[in-house]
Amino acid sequence: MKQQIIVSGIGGQGVLFLTRVIAQVAVNRRTAVLTSETHGMAQRGGTVLSTIKIGDFSSPLIRTGQADLGLLLWEENLPVHQSLLKDQGQWIINSPNKSDHISIDAANIARNLGNAVLLNLVLLGAAIREEALIYTAEECETAIKQLAPKKFIEQNLAAFHKGLNKTED
Amino acid sequence: MNNNIELMMGNEAIGQGLIEAGCQVAVAYPGTPSTEILQAVIDRRDQAIEPLHLEWSVNEKIAFEVALAASYTGKRSVAVMKQVGLNVAADPFMRTAYLGVKGGMLTIVADDPGPHSSQNEQDTRLFCLQARVPVLDPSSPAEAKEFVEPAFELSEKYETNIVLRPTTRICHSRQNVAISDTITLKRDANFVPDTPRWSATPAFLPALHKKLNANLEKIALEPNWKPRLTPGDGNKPRTALVAAGIAYSNLVDVLEELGLKDKIDLYQVLMPYPLNPNFSSDLDKKYDHILILEETYPVIELQLTHSGIVGKQNGAVPREGELTPDVIHQALADFLNLTPPEEKPEERRGQRPSLCPGCSHRSAFYSIKKCFPKGIYPSDIGCYTLGLNLGAVHTVHCMGACISQGAGFYQAYQQNEEDFPTIVVTIGDSTFFHSGIPALINAVIQQARIIVVILDNATTAMTGGQPVPHMGIAAGGKATKAVSIEPLVKASGVSFIETCDPYDNVRFETLLKQADSHIRSPEGGVAVLIAQHGCIMDPATRKAQDSFFVTINDSCIGCRICTDKFECQAFSMDEENNMAIINQDRCIGCGTCVPVCPVNAIIKEKKS
Repeated sequence: MKQQIIVSGIGGQGVLFLTRVIAQVAVNRRTAVLTSETHGMAQRGGTVLSTIKIGDFSSPLIRTGQADLGLLLWEENLPVHQSLLKDQGQWIINSPNKSDHISIDAANIARNLGNAVLLNLVLLGAAIREEALIYTAEECETAIKQLAPKKFIEQNLAAFHKGLNKTED
Repeated sequence: MNNNIELMMGNEAIGQGLIEAGCQVAVAYPGTPSTEILQAVIDRRDQAIEPLHLEWSVNEKIAFEVALAASYTGKRSVAVMKQVGLNVAADPFMRTAYLGVKGGMLTIVADDPGPHSSQNEQDTRLFCLQARVPVLDPSSPAEAKEFVEPAFELSEKYETNIVLRPTTRICHSRQNVAISDTITLKRDANFVPDTPRWSATPAFLPALHKKLNANLEKIALEPNWKPRLTPGDGNKPRTALVAAGIAYSNLVDVLEELGLKDKIDLYQVLMPYPLNPNFSSDLDKKYDHILILEETYPVIELQLTHSGIVGKQNGAVPREGELTPDVIHQALADFLNLTPPEEKPEERRGQRPSLCPGCSHRSAFYSIKKCFPKGIYPSDIGCYTLGLNLGAVHTVHCMGACISQGAGFYQAYQQNEEDFPTIVVTIGDSTFFHSGIPALINAVIQQARIIVVILDNATTAMTGGQPVPHMGIAAGGKATKAVSIEPLVKASGVSFIETCDPYDNVRFETLLKQADSHIRSPEGGVAVLIAQHGCIMDPATRKAQDSFFVTINDSCIGCRICTDKFECQAFSMDEENNMAIINQDRCIGCGTCVPVCPVNAIIKEKKS
């Protein structure tokens, strides 16, 4: 099974960590994975984009109209990265507003957990809940435990579960 | 055999490869996209079996020379830098081609097609062609690692420096990468003096040059590094695709998506220079039409004489920017007469980068601009380049250029009849050590009347916080001697030196004005202000400073000074009510915005 995913946000929002978690699940499955990430100057609050290609690929980059799934941490990036998605591709968006796409107020949920940066994992939870990613919740939990600094594991898992079991709050 | 598979960034994979290959001296100056290579060696140093010297050098030239001498003793060594870093190291790099090395030496130079985080998109492979140094062009993180050990072997076989050239999309891509065992070389340092070689005077250089050329001819024929052919099914006769680096990987995926995989002869060039002569003659004999895809300059193309080549030189492939899958799709469609890709919607720019909330550079730039609204502001390479957003940076050129540019501005303006404008140079601490010191000495002896503000945030911030010489910490957190900035400035002949935290805007602005009086006084010359405040990305800085709850009250007049002129990421405009608002998720509570508001509408309260 192949899947092409983009993660879009701004520097400091945890795009890189979310990218790593998704890629780590693939590694744990012994599936081939490739990512590309934004480092350097753009990380200082500018628009950043990660791509993740799961399955038999050679390049980490995604061509226009080829992504199956977009995880959008910063809603304003939608017009910037919209063209990467397939016509039938799915967006999961961190937003307090309802739209044609699946949206979840991940920033607010994260804030209530004590740290706005946790919105990345709230969004991952929502993606699993929507079955937008070809992973199980357990696989994501394992990867989060592998990658998060020890003292933040519980907090990270809590954020993931908030997205996974989102109730209207 | 250890069969562990790890998710690794290209730079980590290269770092792991260096350890496995028994590299014992690893030296670098940080620069995007190369930085994480040495960082990975540092993080993985426990896997090294033999002693391992790790060093963040003061600049790339020094890094290269340290690694070079280590190689003279028979050890394996590496110098790591970004593409423009090779310009700094060019002098020793060029001569090394003639004199060669002993133990395997790699120079890893990360290129940045795009560019994403650089001042140009120069191609190190072209640099190598001019320097006559073999260069390897990996197409994936895993392949970059696979190249490391055989590159050391190649280096030792011909006693020549070898360049490994990853690009941003290799450096900052992650992939499943296999970890192997670390080899043990058991080499004691053993430098054998060989004056005609290591100190070669012009008398010895023609022979060394001749040997270099002979070696290059042999290296070009090395079977392990010859271009790899994936044959097509014969339906596209006398047509070939040739690609290198990440462009090769992008091409493979585009071919697959278009149903063209294994239908056309496809070559991957592993070593773009020196190019295998048999490959060139094969192309001449077997094909009429050849598409060449490489980043960023036409280096493979330049070495071929075939008349049916389609590429950068005839304009069929864009000469600038990355060869993304979209660009390759278009080039391939043109070359093979396929259905052209759908017109891409015009690219929209996202949010521009900006200094972090709480960054002391923002306060420094705001004060500089406020004190000298008509000043000239040469600046330099680092986070503080983003002073552009505040209108407090007029020039950004290359590492260390700002002080000499400031001096040059002065020399030109002092010829005018009217008084010269205040020239305020801003340079980061790491950049100052890198190449600012000779420029400062020069400005002093040429009696330039300029203000130099050293933005000292105690780290190399832009690249993620590598140690700087005045903090007394070396690679991997090891304690070392600290070399302070102030005595260096004093020894350079500067008589006006003051140190101040730019968070204290009143004192900082007073000192700026005193500095301006100094440079205009009869005995005046260069004035130096050291603006000291730790990088806000360092948790210790955050912990050590007060944190406030910052809000905006109703007296806001919507003047946009805080959003546009102070340009803090935490501020935005509520256009409906014509008021500034603070995003509490982004505000770190530094309170540096408070004095900026002309109507005192920004309120800070101590957090309980």
